[in-house]
Amino acid sequence: MNIVPIEILLIEDNPGDIELVRAGFEEARVANHIQVISDGQQALDFFEQDNGLPDIILLDINLPKVDGLEILEKIRSTEHCKDIPVVMLTSSEDDADINKSYAEKANSYITKPVGFDEFLDVIKSIEDFWLTVVKLPKSINK
Amino acid sequence: MKVQPVRSIEILLVEDNPGDVELTREALNCDKITNRLNVVVDGKQALDYMYQRGEFQQVIAPDIILLDLNLPKVDGREVLKVLKSDADLCRIPVIVLSSSEAASDIQQSYNLHANCFVTKPVQLNDFLKVVQMIEYFWIDIVKLPRES
Repeated sequence: MNIVPIEILLIEDNPGDIELVRAGFEEARVANHIQVISDGQQALDFFEQDNGLPDIILLDINLPKVDGLEILEKIRSTEHCKDIPVVMLTSSEDDADINKSYAEKANSYITKPVGFDEFLDVIKSIEDFWLTVVKLPKSINK
Repeated sequence: MKVQPVRSIEILLVEDNPGDVELTREALNCDKITNRLNVVVDGKQALDYMYQRGEFQQVIAPDIILLDLNLPKVDGREVLKVLKSDADLCRIPVIVLSSSEAASDIQQSYNLHANCFVTKPVQLNDFLKVVQMIEYFWIDIVKLPRES
């Protein structure tokens, strides 16, 4: 089980969804820190640098300026961030988006439920699994 | 949230330890009968299964793979490398389920594009719980790749 604070990067442009993700993680058993980037170009710029990198990334697909699949490609092709787990968190249920995401080495793909409570449950599930069950690559070096 | 899958989920377990196989089977059978667990016991069998060779010519491709690292014949790391380098098979989620907690194994697994790395707990109840959490997350929450 991971016991160190986890740095989470949320790449999401919808203010309502950002608040729901924050609310979902507020009940976390470990001290997590969530950083938010709300457009695709900012995300590409962020991954140019090799400091302050997160332990895990939650990535929307439909984003302003640059879409999430292009960002995923950038992450996987950039040496200093290529191994960071990326969880796609999107409203798209399109098979093409799902298959493309896995082909581009997304670690998992989750669709956002429409209902408030269901959305919170999904965030809680991400937290339960990724932040407590899974061994993350970066946290081992802390 | 429980969303039942519309068809059975095929799970391939690559594991040489009979005790771990039984525990995994027990955990996966606790609350679902719609998932089908197929087991292979070494790395060569895993690759034969995935490429439908030899005795595995009639098998259905799994939706998800649980992969141990330390395996006879072909190592789990090599299996992972082959699968994730294959243009078609690379989409199938591979969950590394290993007794290793070594930083090098964790890092290497992500480097080879494992979808996640989970360490097998030593305690029986913890092991069952972890497998059930894997099942819940990957089958009820995650959208798995689909034939399109």
